[in-house]
Amino acid sequence: MSIRQSLLALLSEQPRHGYELKAEFDRRTGHSWPLNIGQVYSTLERLERDGLVVRGDEDDDGRVVHSITTDGRREVQAWFANPVVLDNPPRNELAIKIAIASSMPAVDLTALVQVQRRASIATLQDYTRARRAADPDDLAWHLVIESMIHQTEAEVRWLDHCENAALRASHRARAARTARAAAAVEPQPTPPATTNPLPASQKSPR
Amino acid sequence: MSIVLELDNVTRSYGSGPTTVHALREVSLSVERGEFVAVMGPSGSGKSTLLALAGGLDQPTGGGVGVAGTELKGRTRDELARIRRRMLGFVFQDFNLVPTLTVLENVALPLELDDARTADALQQARHALERVGIAELADRGIDQVSGGQRQRVAIARAIIGDRRILLADEPTGALDTSTGDQIMALLRQLADEGVAVVMVTHEARHAGWADRVIFLRDGRLVDESRSDDPTVLLRHSNSRVPRRIFDPDVEA
Repeated sequence: MSIRQSLLALLSEQPRHGYELKAEFDRRTGHSWPLNIGQVYSTLERLERDGLVVRGDEDDDGRVVHSITTDGRREVQAWFANPVVLDNPPRNELAIKIAIASSMPAVDLTALVQVQRRASIATLQDYTRARRAADPDDLAWHLVIESMIHQTEAEVRWLDHCENAALRASHRARAARTARAAAAVEPQPTPPATTNPLPASQKSPR
Repeated sequence: MSIVLELDNVTRSYGSGPTTVHALREVSLSVERGEFVAVMGPSGSGKSTLLALAGGLDQPTGGGVGVAGTELKGRTRDELARIRRRMLGFVFQDFNLVPTLTVLENVALPLELDDARTADALQQARHALERVGIAELADRGIDQVSGGQRQRVAIARAIIGDRRILLADEPTGALDTSTGDQIMALLRQLADEGVAVVMVTHEARHAGWADRVIFLRDGRLVDESRSDDPTVLLRHSNSRVPRRIFDPDVEA
């Protein structure tokens, strides 16, 4: 979706041919997600089908220049005016893996988290090196790489959280086992259920 | 390849018998000239203990620490203080500057304590301030400079006299993200100039500046990430991270 909107935005500046669109897209996103020319042409075909661009004539080199239509301009304005909404957040393999692992006592969650943390930190080392090597005036590239640094940083913070949450859960489970064992040895009269309407998991701090 | 800081199987414990608490257990670490090492781990994992032992502020109960080829074990308190002043500098989260002295006087202080001639100490302090990029602030009072600048003053004080080892405990803890990044860029620059930097941090973002990140847990060194790791290419070959970062041929 973002390729379609980006190409349309570039066409709202001036008519361009396919290769020129690819070069402009790559340059303005810091060459971080280079397009292949096939993607550009198939996107242009769909934009034409939807009445958002029109094809011009071939020039002497056989290249076709595309121009934006009024409907196309309206779509560009709408793109910039509205927030990007992830209706359906992409499936997060890591979150799923850790959720599954946390439900399996046989899996060492601490070790799993550390393997991931190390990989994330190594990735941050690479990103940071790339950022240092970049031309300070290349704002597009700077913004793109900072986006990745922030995401990776958030991932490490979330991993710390997973580890702490799992640790607290195992402390609670151990405390509950100890309490049950003590109760078995020396039965206590059970308090009336009404004095304690909350389940155990909601009573404990955090 | 020259090692300036070496921890050899270092243990630091408190108490004895069944109540013994191990702050650090059998940790070995060699830091080379010009290397930037970040130390990460949950609170209580031994990060600050490691730094205190590396800097001779604390003594191990097992193993040994070598600073610039000098074994710290068996040194008197005065000898340790002299080694600290000549070889290494500390930087802390809260800067630890003397508010009644100027920027320049703060930086010169370690040399003056080491009985250097005042003129000589001040000249070296000016040089250190130039290296950290705030030579123009030399005559200001500490309360007349910003937080980021105060940390630069502390770093200048730590490297004065061409000291080779910089030990930093959460140096960006009191700074906002962008100022923190600038301090990281400065530590990176000093490492590239040959200073060995060991920094404790809980910020992944800042650990990203290091050549090597070591992970402590319950006093043990459990893992590390090297930026020159030969498995790096393997690591990225099946990832969707932008190509330009890992393929220098894709250029602007």
